Amino acid sequence: MSTSNELLLEAKGITKYFGTITALENVNLKVHAGECLGVVGDNGAGKSTLMKVLSGLYKPSSGSLHFQGKEQVLNSPRDSQILGLEMVYQDLALAGNLPIGENIFLGREPTKNLGFLKFLDFKKIKELTNAHLDKLKINVKSADQKVEELSGGQRQAVAIARSTAFNAKVVIMDEPTAALAIKEVGKVLDLINGLKKTGVGVIVISHRMDDIFTVCDRVMALFQGTNFAEAELNNTSRDEVIGWIMGKK
Amino acid sequence: MEDKNKESLHLKLIPYFEKYGILLLLVLMILVMHILQPDVFLSWRNVTNVFKQISWQSMLALGVFMVIVTAGIDLSVGSIMMLSLMILAVVAKAGAPWFIVVMTPLIAGFLCGLFNGLGITLLRMPHPFIMTLGTLYIFRGAGNLISGGTPISGFTDEVRYLGHGRIDLQWLGLEKSQYLPVSLVLIAIVYIIFWIFLNHSKTGKWIYAIGGNPNAARASGINVNKILVIVYSLCGFLSGIGALILAGRTDSGYPNAGLQSELDAIAACIIGGASFFGGRGTVLGVFAGVMIMGILRNGLNLMDVSSFWQQVLIGSIIVLAVYIDVLRRDLGTRK
Repeated sequence: MSTSNELLLEAKGITKYFGTITALENVNLKVHAGECLGVVGDNGAGKSTLMKVLSGLYKPSSGSLHFQGKEQVLNSPRDSQILGLEMVYQDLALAGNLPIGENIFLGREPTKNLGFLKFLDFKKIKELTNAHLDKLKINVKSADQKVEELSGGQRQAVAIARSTAFNAKVVIMDEPTAALAIKEVGKVLDLINGLKKTGVGVIVISHRMDDIFTVCDRVMALFQGTNFAEAELNNTSRDEVIGWIMGKK
Repeated sequence: MEDKNKESLHLKLIPYFEKYGILLLLVLMILVMHILQPDVFLSWRNVTNVFKQISWQSMLALGVFMVIVTAGIDLSVGSIMMLSLMILAVVAKAGAPWFIVVMTPLIAGFLCGLFNGLGITLLRMPHPFIMTLGTLYIFRGAGNLISGGTPISGFTDEVRYLGHGRIDLQWLGLEKSQYLPVSLVLIAIVYIIFWIFLNHSKTGKWIYAIGGNPNAARASGINVNKILVIVYSLCGFLSGIGALILAGRTDSGYPNAGLQSELDAIAACIIGGASFFGGRGTVLGVFAGVMIMGILRNGLNLMDVSSFWQQVLIGSIIVLAVYIDVLRRDLGTRK
C-alpha cells in the first residue's frame, strides 16, 4: 500500500507541437496519492492537450512522464490504464444503450471459459458492479439499468465508477460538473472527496471555482501552454486564481 | 401504495414489450391469415413453403442487422450473394468436387464483406452507405463478368442440399409430404449461433457498444475499426450462405439473383425493431421481421392479391412498425 503522500505521477518538461503550433511548452505537473490537483486555464491554454498526453492519447514532442518514480512511454490509452491511470472524459464516454454494469466493464469484461470459447460472465459483472457502486456510495436502482435512463449526475457517477473499477491510482477528470444540474454537482464532488480518502490521486480540470475550492488541495494554472502559477489552496484565493486564468499575477 | 405497485408493474412490463412486442405482431398476423385462409395457411405444405421462401433472405437480413447495430448500412448484400452464386456456378461447371463447390460462396462472400470493411475503415469513407453503394455495383458487375451475363444451371445434389434438401419425418409417423426443409434447420442453427455471438461474447457486446457510442468504445480501448471489419466480413459471409441456399433452391446461378434484396433485408431489420442510429435491436426481432415479410407475401399470394398491392402493404408496414417503435420509446425513456 502506498504511503499517503507518495508521488504517483510526474510530468517533466512536456512540450507538444501540432505542426507549427505550440500547444504545450515545458509544462511540469505532479500528483501525490490522496491529493487532488486542480488544473485551470482559459480555453486554448492547453489543459485538454496536457490531459491527452497524460492519458496516452497524444505523444509529447518532448518531455517525460514518470509513474511512481519510473519513466513510462505511453503509446495508447490502454498503456495508461494498465499503469492505473484513468480518464473521465467530458462527454462521459458511456454507451447509453448498455446497462450500467456493462459500461463499467466495457472493454475489460470478465468472462468464463467453456472449452476454447469465452462467454461474458454476466453474474460476475453484476456482483462486481454492485460491490463497486456500494463502495463509492453511488445509488442506482439496479446495475441492469441502461445508462440512457439515468440523470446527468448519475451518469457522471457511473463514469467515475468506471474509471476506478480497476484499482486506479490516478484519475483525471475533465470538467466533471460541467453538464450537471446544480443539485447534482454536490454529489459528484462528494464522490471525488471519497476517492481521495481511498488514496487515489485526482486531477480535476474545471472552470468552476466552486469545484476547485471544494475538492482540490493544490491548484495550477496554464496560460498559453505554459505553467503560469501554482499554489496550495490554503495560500491562494478565488480572485487570485481567476486572475491567473486571465494571465495576471 | 397501490398506485406505486401499478407503476412498477408497468415499468417492469416495458422491457418485455420492447423485447417481445414484435412477436405479438407476428402472432397477430398468423392469426389473421389463418382466419382468412383456414384450410391452406397453416397447412404443413404452406408453412414449410414460407420457410423455404425466407431462407436466403433471412441470412441477408441477419448480416445487415449486425451492420445496422453498429449504426452502419450494407447495401451490397444482394450483390455479394449474386457474385458468390456466380462463382459457385462457374466452379461447379468447371467440375470441381462438391465439397469445394460449397465452400466457394462462403469464402467469396466473406472476402466481399472484408473488402467492404477494409474500404470503410482504411479509405475512411464518410459513411458505409457510400462504400457499399459502390460495391453494390462492383460485385454485381463482377458476377456478370465471370459468368458472361448468362444463367448457369445444373448442380449436384450435395451442392443443393442446404437449399433443397429434405429431412424425412416418416419415422415420427408423419406422411412423406410432411418433411422438414434442411434450410429451416439451417436458419435455426445460424440464428442461434449469432444470438449467442451477439449477446454472450465480448465482440458481440462491443458491436452494440460501438452502435451506442463509438467514442465510448474507443475510450474503453476497443479497436473500433477491427470490430467493424469483422462485422462487415460476417455480413458478407452470411450473404455467401444465402448464395449457397439460393443455389440449392433454384439449381442455377442467374444474373438477377438477389436484385433489390438488400432493401428487403433492411426492411426486415427495421420492422424487427433495429434502430438506424445503432445499438438497438435483437436477433429475435430480425427473425420476426423476416417472418412478417415472408408471411405477408405468402398470405397475399394465397389470396391472389396482386404483387403491386404487396409492395404497397410492405411499405406501409415499415412505416407503421417504426411508428410503433417511436411510441414505444416515448413510453420507455424519461423526459
